[in-house]
Amino acid sequence: MRRFGPVLVVVLTIFAIWYVGSFLMNRTWVMDQAARAGTEPGFTEVLRDTMNQDRAKLPAPHQVAAELYDGVVNKKVTSKRSLVYHGFITFQATMAGFALGIIAGVALAVAIVLSRFADLTLMPWAIISQTIPVVALAPMIVVLANAAGAGSLMVPKAIIAGYLGFFPILVSMVAGLRSPDGMQLDLLRTYGASPGQVFWKLRLPASLPYFFASLKIAVAASLVGAIVGELPTGAISGLGARMLIGSQFGNPMIMWSALFAAAILAALLIWIVSGIEKIAVRTMGGGQT
Amino acid sequence: MTGQPSLFLRIGLPLGFGIAVLVLWELFVVGFNIPRAILPAPSEIWAAIQRSTAILWVDWVQTVLKGALTGLLIGAVAGFVAALAIDRVDFLRRGLLPVANFVAALPIVGVAPIMVMWFGFDWQSKAAVVVVMVFFPILVNTLAGLAATDRMQRDLMRTYSASHAQTLTKLRLPAAMPFVFNGLKISATLALIGAIVAEYFGSPTKGMGFRISTEVGRLGIDMVWAEIAVSALTGTVLYGFVVLIERWVTFWHPSQRRGR
Repeated sequence: MRRFGPVLVVVLTIFAIWYVGSFLMNRTWVMDQAARAGTEPGFTEVLRDTMNQDRAKLPAPHQVAAELYDGVVNKKVTSKRSLVYHGFITFQATMAGFALGIIAGVALAVAIVLSRFADLTLMPWAIISQTIPVVALAPMIVVLANAAGAGSLMVPKAIIAGYLGFFPILVSMVAGLRSPDGMQLDLLRTYGASPGQVFWKLRLPASLPYFFASLKIAVAASLVGAIVGELPTGAISGLGARMLIGSQFGNPMIMWSALFAAAILAALLIWIVSGIEKIAVRTMGGGQT
Repeated sequence: MTGQPSLFLRIGLPLGFGIAVLVLWELFVVGFNIPRAILPAPSEIWAAIQRSTAILWVDWVQTVLKGALTGLLIGAVAGFVAALAIDRVDFLRRGLLPVANFVAALPIVGVAPIMVMWFGFDWQSKAAVVVVMVFFPILVNTLAGLAATDRMQRDLMRTYSASHAQTLTKLRLPAAMPFVFNGLKISATLALIGAIVAEYFGSPTKGMGFRISTEVGRLGIDMVWAEIAVSALTGTVLYGFVVLIERWVTFWHPSQRRGR
């Protein structure tokens, strides 16, 4: 209770502020309607009307929850209006990008740790790559992927997701592969170990905790990449595309439900990845403290 | 690892790599006769930059100065102040930190369409998206930084009979600075992403995101690459600027020391 009490209070406060906010923001419209109809609504009527608008400026939490429930449970999974369907499209792109990011991040990290030349040449560019706003590049990645013969939007989306996902893995893997200290390296030298053996038997195992710690950040970044990749690319399915459609049709409920679906997807992904991390750490005999 | 590499190698190698990529790109496009509508050569992109400097400048002012930087400033200050306030109250810290950590990991770019609906098409909505995106990384990092001092150091301040404010300004805030700058570095890149993403949801007829999406439609791909070049340069300079300030503020930190 000591741990969850404050969190609960904070979450409840956020909901309270949200309700007050939707009352205040939606009131203008209600008053406007009432003025046109020539009526003078009492406080309870205004309150009721602000909580149940179809095109509210700020939909109340229960409206968003209802829309989410409707989109997740009531629609068939294959339906174009199902949030599960759109979430799955985004999930696929996220996973493809995540895998791409792991491969690219680990490969680059190994190159950077093993070769001084690669360290000096590639590391600055890895940092610069993250300062370039990937959203600006996204349309070009789509054009190039199509020209190279990628049939669907999945390939460019995965590339964009991987572009954001590889960096946390690269940074942690470089730190992890360099984490064995002089004493350990010296010990292996006294064993007459070859550089290959040092890498496989010392550096790689030592880097695994760093690797798993970075996966959580990488999967969250990949999801952002997948969503962002759906915006400027003319995608019609996926959570990002859903937001764009909601924005174009001026339908706030679609935007809010897509936003929360994305948040739930992110929470699920992070939860699964940290579960894998815990299992991995336990199998490796760590985390006993 | 043998000693520090010379400055020449540290700058020359990455620069050489960059130039090599540009040269290969140019040769690839010219050699294989790639149509300009798919991938223009660097020389053509450079020509586009020179041809339409005025447009690029207008877009840059709209997106970077008005959207990203305003939002970054407001969001960073708000996140920092909120962190200071939360840090004073133990209950808030225990309640808000898990929530803030959770929110910081969510795809906050999704608020972009909502902000555009609330604040209209002009730069105010872009700045608002940036504020929301930047707020949580700064908040979380500042809070982590304020918790970074150890018992011994705080006890020392107590033996000096330092007040809360004195401990804060003389010990805990300086100790928090490396964390704050970490948050700022993340935020600097997020700010540009947020400002450009928000433009895909509607903008006046200027701005980098607007230009990119319309020029893609008109097959003015060299113009798109010109905007990408400008945004890449802006992102790198902004990041470099944060690193410079960090070096100036946290000169005492082990990671900033050099030439032992």
